[in-house]
Amino acid sequence: MFKGKKAIILGERDGVPGPAIAACLEAAGAKIIFAVTECFV
Amino acid sequence: MENQAAIKRLAEENGADNLVVVLGATDIEGAEITAETVTLGDPSFAGPLGGVSLRLPVYHILEPEVKEAIPVDVYQEQAGFMEMVADTEAIGKKFKEIRDKA
Repeated sequence: MFKGKKAIILGERDGVPGPAIAACLEAAGAKIIFAVTECFV
Repeated sequence: MENQAAIKRLAEENGADNLVVVLGATDIEGAEITAETVTLGDPSFAGPLGGVSLRLPVYHILEPEVKEAIPVDVYQEQAGFMEMVADTEAIGKKFKEIRDKA
């Protein structure tokens, strides 16, 4: 599902933060190209 | 807005085919707006993605489908704490709908 994909990560302070999502996606084989922890809109 | 500009640039540089967007917000309404913004465009037309449909596949880290793709130990350590307080089935259903629309 994520193997070989480039991932853009939009984490949130009150939810799951960016670095935590990044760790999950990297473990699933994705390359992280952008990761933030904040409100997007 | 800065993030919208960065995502637009990354999609242009890398091509949408090989990209995925993964969200972590537990405010589902906010996450929906974000998901819609990276698939169909900024609904407020205020940011760089206004009128720009990138059609990127968007997932939420708490979706059951996403959980299955991640090694159990890593998932539990990084996201398991939120899994207990969020309605993961509802999140999964909502995000699948958004991907189907894209």
